[in-house]
Amino acid sequence: MALAQTTETPIGVGAQQRSVSPWIAKQAPNLLLGLVLVLLPAVANDFILDQILGWTLILGMIALSLMFLAGYGGMVSLAQMSVAGVSGYMIAVLGTSSLPKISLFWPWWVAAPLSIGIAVLFGTFAGALSARTEGIYTIMITLALAAAFFYLTLQNWPVFNGFNGFTTIPAPHFLGVNWRDPVPLYYMILFFAALSYAVVLYLSRSPFGLALQGVRDNPRRMEAIGYNVTAHRIAAYAFAALIAAVGGILMVWLNNQISPFSIGIDVVINLLVIAVVGGLSHPIGPFIGALIYVILRTFALDALVAVGLDGRRFQTLIGLGFLIIVLFSPDGVVGIWRRLSERARAAGGRNGA
Amino acid sequence: MSTIAERLAAAGTGNAIELRGVSRFFGALAALIDVTLSVRPGERRAVLGSNGAGKTTLLNCVTGDFPPSSGTVRFFGEDVTILPPHERIRRGLRRTYQISLLFQGLSVRDNVYLACRGCSRGRYSFIRTRANDAIMQSVADLISLVHLEAVADRLVGELAHGQQRQLEIALALAGAPRFILLDEPAAGLSPNERGDLVAILTALPSHIGYIIIEHDMDVALRVVESVTMMHNGRIFKEGAPREIEADPEVQQLYLGGGHG
Repeated sequence: MALAQTTETPIGVGAQQRSVSPWIAKQAPNLLLGLVLVLLPAVANDFILDQILGWTLILGMIALSLMFLAGYGGMVSLAQMSVAGVSGYMIAVLGTSSLPKISLFWPWWVAAPLSIGIAVLFGTFAGALSARTEGIYTIMITLALAAAFFYLTLQNWPVFNGFNGFTTIPAPHFLGVNWRDPVPLYYMILFFAALSYAVVLYLSRSPFGLALQGVRDNPRRMEAIGYNVTAHRIAAYAFAALIAAVGGILMVWLNNQISPFSIGIDVVINLLVIAVVGGLSHPIGPFIGALIYVILRTFALDALVAVGLDGRRFQTLIGLGFLIIVLFSPDGVVGIWRRLSERARAAGGRNGA
Repeated sequence: MSTIAERLAAAGTGNAIELRGVSRFFGALAALIDVTLSVRPGERRAVLGSNGAGKTTLLNCVTGDFPPSSGTVRFFGEDVTILPPHERIRRGLRRTYQISLLFQGLSVRDNVYLACRGCSRGRYSFIRTRANDAIMQSVADLISLVHLEAVADRLVGELAHGQQRQLEIALALAGAPRFILLDEPAAGLSPNERGDLVAILTALPSHIGYIIIEHDMDVALRVVESVTMMHNGRIFKEGAPREIEADPEVQQLYLGGGHG
């Protein structure tokens, strides 16, 4: 399992230099990427904005909550898709949908925070169940939770409407903007994705994040220097659930529907693949993994048919990609990038000397 | 966290560590049998004995890594028998480990920082620590105390064995320790590094007591004023280093047994 390495910046350095220009220099790649994403609606069509980038950012957010737990905390939780599912279902149940018998039609500013709250409670519960376990046992417990939630939604009609789920769950209309329109919806998704990314990046160097990495490296020693490891793990689950819950609501607003098959076991596994392929060592990894996944899922079918193969084989393509990445770079695309840039720097150093 | 005055007041009365009738079983194996031991505040004591004598189990019972099967453990008068390890740390107990238990994926500075944070407020804070925060000064002080300034920003996984042992000690000195348990701190060190270790231990403030488990008699007897000999899970002899060294039974059992 790839481990998050955040040692390039020693604690506090950066805060030491209070002037703005070094900060800009250090953040240049992030700022440039942000600028491109903000300006994109000027050139991209609605399909690219919502079906490619919107999906990428939402899957990236939910995978980011997995990356936070797995990369920094050493806890591979397969329950994060279910956390997103809980908030997605709750926004349909508490808010607006095409099912007046079930939906309560509360305004979005009541329904959305409440849905997030319920999902965070669920995520914290998953953490409380698995915080005393490690490795394969954490995976098994959270997988069991994900499976249980899938079958609950599939078989429960009074609340979850069985395998039909909910449709017509639009993003709200406020501040004079109709957020269900493609461009506003894209900006809303981009805002929350960028916020989650920045917060995770910031947290990784805070006492909370550093202590989480300490728990990952050596839980017993963490106890021996005064940390409550179990409580810390549960708190990490709660924070990760917050990101997944927001992602879940955005997912429902983007798709305009949710059903058990939005959160099935195959989706849970796909999310793990996204996080691992992208890389668990840096919060950008899940977004890269999600972009690769969405592009493959969207275009592989046509590409396969074009070369005379069965279009339904695109899952095989994803599986092969996963195998290749895991074999050659255990820390995903981020790891490949890091090794290449280190090699380039080493080569540059030799040439310079 | 207690003030210095409170600590000194606490240090003046009673025992720092008091074990009464402590036993520890692993299945049918009795690792500790009815051990009763008291150590005064500020006292420096060596626990000696051959492999399997129960020395590390004794430390684990004091720190709570493994709770005792029976008996009570008191720390500065307070019954801590059922407290989890992190609660004992907050009361001023520290330990090092026989095998380095460090955070391999973090830098030396982050390791010491976590140890300092662990016994202070804000250990779960979401806000990053500023470089001019007082805690960063304590981190720098501890790093220089164990002579690791040159490698402060290196990953612990890249350090040499001796440096990792020194870092172990820095972690145990973080915060305001009242009593430290050292589990074979000299294991695998070169003669020079052993000298450094002895210097670090003898330079500790006098109110900080410790128990040291050590196979190297040269190190152990130079840094303590009392010795407890253990054998097969029981305390076998207690006394000053000179008495223990001269004791014929001890010589036969331990010093003469090829372990010295």
